[in-house]
Amino acid sequence: MSDANDPWAIRNLTPETLRESLRKMYLIRKFEEGAEDSYTRGLIHGTMHLSIGQEASAVGACVGLSDSDKITSTHRGHGHCVAKGADMGRMFAEFFGKETGYCRGRGGSMHIADVEKGNLGANGIVGGGLPIAVGAALSAKRLNTGAVTVCFFGDGANNEGAFHEALNIASVWKLPVVFFCENNHYGMSTSTERSTAVKQIADRAAGYSMPGVTVDGNDFSAVAEVMATATERAKAGNGPSLIESMTYRWRGHSKSDRNRYRTKEEIADWMDRDPIPRMAEMLIAHGIMDAQGVAEMESDADQTIAQAIEFAASSPAPNLADLTRDVYTRPLI
Amino acid sequence: MSREISYAEAIREAMDIALSEDDRTILMGEDIGVYGGAFQVTGDLIDTYGPDRVMDTPISELGGAGVAVGAAMTGLRPIFEFQFSDFAALAMEQIVNQAAKLRFMLGGAVSIPLVMRFPAGSGTGAAAQHSQSLEAWLAHVPGLKVLQPTTPYDAKGLLLAAIDDPDPVMIFEHKLLYKMKGEVPEGRYTVPIGKAAVRREGHDVTIVATSIMVHKALEAAKTLADSGINAEVIDLRCIRPIDRETVLGSVRKTGRLVCVYEAVKTLGIGAEISAMVAESDAFDYLDAPIVRLGGADCPIPYNPDLEKAAVPQVPDIITAVRDLVEGRR
Repeated sequence: MSDANDPWAIRNLTPETLRESLRKMYLIRKFEEGAEDSYTRGLIHGTMHLSIGQEASAVGACVGLSDSDKITSTHRGHGHCVAKGADMGRMFAEFFGKETGYCRGRGGSMHIADVEKGNLGANGIVGGGLPIAVGAALSAKRLNTGAVTVCFFGDGANNEGAFHEALNIASVWKLPVVFFCENNHYGMSTSTERSTAVKQIADRAAGYSMPGVTVDGNDFSAVAEVMATATERAKAGNGPSLIESMTYRWRGHSKSDRNRYRTKEEIADWMDRDPIPRMAEMLIAHGIMDAQGVAEMESDADQTIAQAIEFAASSPAPNLADLTRDVYTRPLI
Repeated sequence: MSREISYAEAIREAMDIALSEDDRTILMGEDIGVYGGAFQVTGDLIDTYGPDRVMDTPISELGGAGVAVGAAMTGLRPIFEFQFSDFAALAMEQIVNQAAKLRFMLGGAVSIPLVMRFPAGSGTGAAAQHSQSLEAWLAHVPGLKVLQPTTPYDAKGLLLAAIDDPDPVMIFEHKLLYKMKGEVPEGRYTVPIGKAAVRREGHDVTIVATSIMVHKALEAAKTLADSGINAEVIDLRCIRPIDRETVLGSVRKTGRLVCVYEAVKTLGIGAEISAMVAESDAFDYLDAPIVRLGGADCPIPYNPDLEKAAVPQVPDIITAVRDLVEGRR
């Protein structure tokens, strides 16, 4: 039995949804570790931006969404993709550049998308997805689909012109979109203190006449709660909201990062605030799962990732003759 | 029924047809609603379709273009008007990095059925930031198609073809053509994207022209005919994709090539056409060097005489062709 002092998620989400959310958080963590390991072993080329430490943010933001709801994602987008329900095998296949990948090996880490599940794609341009999300919300409004679009972006994107233009248009047109800023404190190496004139990015919402909320992004329940309010507002036709989810990436910006702009102590402090045990402890404390169930869930996630990597490694590479296939929908004359 | 209407009216008629046929079609742009657009191209369409389908955007080219991209990706058919083609510079991120690439990056999982319209070109006294011809910028980007209609008939037929197209199509409309009148059939018809038009047949020289330069080339050809030089004038109509066969076939016939375009000559469409000929068997048919006439290597100036001097004029074409045919090049 739950009471009024229980966390929002315990009071408002089903045990199945809560367990599934923890499972997705494990999948994100294991996916990122598997990707990093594959990179280290030379199985993946290019670069990648890992979201280890940000799992509660991604899963909390997506827990209330259906497949018809859309998201736009960022260069640090693996977690969003998993949270929206992607298949691990097809995700790894994309990393491996295989024809079975979500983008048939053409996009890789920075463009991974899962359109059938409503993920319109990660974006290699900081702020690139902001106006696109507003466009998806315009479609939903005009076509009466009832869907909401969640626009993920980082603290770095809040200083792009696209942020200003997108938030203003969405507010003027009262579109069903939620702007979800994952503030992990650094745009590459530049801290928000050095880059952003306001103390909290949510303060900028006032400039667009929309609600702005800052939330502990490592608290699944807190994220899910503010998202429920924002999506309800969007779906009721009352327009957009800006959510700022305070979190932290444990790893560097990308593979080239030497971590010279932050201290070991700061990183260790945030690692102590790991969102996954926090979520597991909440579920155990409220009798949703027991410790053994959590341990099994974690080892199931390990197994899922191992199978996904196996699927990716054994998948066929794209045919070189298909190089220009999807530049246009129909071949040029 | 065919009747004479202006180039701007022909564009409006195409948009009217598209709006009436398909609820998913929307117009977006700055001041395209009750104002009717800076060049009165959308005109009174808002009276028929209302502000939800003829949408005034804030002055936010990047945001507006991106909204159009996102809408096209998720079920709408936006037609986005830039107030001046120069303002495309503010929206290049969404046009080049997003619209052009999304289908490819996502392995074919989406299409972006988006039309963007760009009032372009000099001759209005609007100076350097409202007079450019930037079509080659966009034609350099795989994933886009780039059109330059030159007649009211083509303006309507190419726009309807662009609206039907599943991919992003960029249409550069020369501002001086908006008032030009011509025969236009009522109702729906399309002009195929990627097909050039031979506007005048001739056997002495091939003039490949784009946009308003087609009309200048035709005027020049008339004068040249008086002195016995028969120029073939090709209206390229579409610079991505380029109608290779029409150009090469004509050069094989005439043995001489002059490219005429308003955009800055350096690294422009003329370079592409010239290289295309030089790399093909048509090169063997050339009796003289290839000539390019394009805009000067400077921004468009304000002073009317300087403005004219910055882009090819009819006498420039006459002189260039005469020199070429008479062996002075």
